[in-house]
Amino acid sequence: MMRVVVIGAGPAGMAAAHAAAGAGVPVLLIDSEAKLGGQYHRQSATDGTEKFALPDGVEYWAESVVWAIEPIAGGHRVHVSTGPADGPGRVSRSVNTAALVLATGAHDRALPFPGWDLPGVVTAGAAQALAKGQGVAIGQRVLLSGTGPFLLPVAASLVDVGARVEAVLEANTVLTGWLRPGEESATTEPRRGGRHTARALAERDTTSRQPGKLADWSRQLSGAVTSPGKAAELAGYLGLLARQRIPYRSRQAVIAAHGDDRVEAATVAKLDVNWRVVPGSQRDVEVDAVCVGFGFTPQLELATAVGCAVADGFVTVDISQATSVAGVFAAGELTGIGGAVLSEHEGTVAGTAAAIALGARVKRPSKALRHIRTGRRFAAAMAAAYPVRSGWQSWLSDDTLVCRCEEVSCRELRSAVDEHRADGVRAVKLVSRAGLGRCQGRICGRNVAELAGLPEPGSAFARRPIAVPIRLAELAEADSPQAKPAELADSPETDSREGTA
Amino acid sequence: MRVTVDGVEVEAASGQTVAAVLLRLGRVSWRTTREAGRPRGIFCGIGVCHDCLVVVNGVPDVRACQRLVGDGDDVRTQHGAELPS
Repeated sequence: MMRVVVIGAGPAGMAAAHAAAGAGVPVLLIDSEAKLGGQYHRQSATDGTEKFALPDGVEYWAESVVWAIEPIAGGHRVHVSTGPADGPGRVSRSVNTAALVLATGAHDRALPFPGWDLPGVVTAGAAQALAKGQGVAIGQRVLLSGTGPFLLPVAASLVDVGARVEAVLEANTVLTGWLRPGEESATTEPRRGGRHTARALAERDTTSRQPGKLADWSRQLSGAVTSPGKAAELAGYLGLLARQRIPYRSRQAVIAAHGDDRVEAATVAKLDVNWRVVPGSQRDVEVDAVCVGFGFTPQLELATAVGCAVADGFVTVDISQATSVAGVFAAGELTGIGGAVLSEHEGTVAGTAAAIALGARVKRPSKALRHIRTGRRFAAAMAAAYPVRSGWQSWLSDDTLVCRCEEVSCRELRSAVDEHRADGVRAVKLVSRAGLGRCQGRICGRNVAELAGLPEPGSAFARRPIAVPIRLAELAEADSPQAKPAELADSPETDSREGTA
Repeated sequence: MRVTVDGVEVEAASGQTVAAVLLRLGRVSWRTTREAGRPRGIFCGIGVCHDCLVVVNGVPDVRACQRLVGDGDDVRTQHGAELPS
């Protein structure tokens, strides 16, 4: 029987694999990491244990990157390279499938500011991955700056590995994202779990240095939290901040980092509602690390490569998580930033739908479908509460790098647009070189698109025919459909060979 | 296991990334940029940004955050754009 191929072993991909296997269809699960879990459930890489189990019928390729997907008659051919990252000697394989689930996730969005290229300035996700996966603290005195509740678990992970978190700076207003749309006051009745959590928080208040603030948040929570699970998680993080005496500040951000060869201090400023710096509010803080996270950017390249329709920077899916391309499904952060629980439910639906596409007869996953409906409402409320406001553009100086790979400054980008009249993604890239480096615009693309006023900034830089850098020798050894036209039915399932140098 | 970092032998553990080994040694940067020669280390930490490039066993452009160390690996700083040795 033909296999469902799932790319990405985070919450969405693992759930898709479980669902398809549960429907009796064999699954191939491909992931670039050495262990299951993705970014959200990242496991310690060094303790020799495995937290997750995959059901029978799921073959799992770890340390495997998908570097291209191409259409063949009746489906897609997925090109995979397995082995030590970026090394020679990886094994190249390709696999054909008529049912592909993309669960490639997202990475942090970082906004540029003077000094953001100094070593020691990292994304919040980097700090999290190092702490959870490797037990390493990125610094001893750390500032967290960005927007959204993801900053809180990162603070917790940093504390776990012994770092001192100087403050968590929320560029928007703290906590409103945990509210339902239109319920921003304490005037509504508590929902399940809300009152208990609020009381617990208020009690913690007495030991906090910021009693007023915590009490305010508690009142907001009491009327507003959408689910007991979310409330408990939030209460846990806020309790930790209070115990550790970590300030959690609204409308502030790191707007500059200072140092010669590494970050030694950061300028923190108050922001207005549009994120412009409040004049005179700047102060310098001595730190050895700054972690930034301004929401997430979905990893769109594979979806874009197979031609999936994208709207507002995310892959468009129908109720069965089917994309606009026949036989291709998408789940998780690719379809909208909604967190691990929503991703899991989407994965369940996508895996089930992919199995059905291969002929499985199985019940519709109505529980997951129901959770997706509520999950998406919550995600929409979060997105509305934690937008990235355009005032960040005023933090940049002429010399600030906008593209880290090609070392393109803000001045050079502006010159490309204003003096050389570069319009459109291609012209902006070719004239300024922004986005042409090794990351292929993954870090700078959205920011450059916004600075240059390009349309569809969320997906302007997402087209990358080769999804990850591979060595020329690997490309030379890989199957080429132009040279050897493939048919889904009569091609071998995998084709292995050793790469050399 | 033991690995060599810029000529000095150090202890490393199975499952550690090259970046983790370097950070534990107190290093925050292990690459210089091609144009301005500026220091770079880890940035995204999950294989996306390609800032943390390092030379492993003579092969440049290896992402330190993604590469797991192997016994006897020779890790060294990458200076700008390098060709495989």
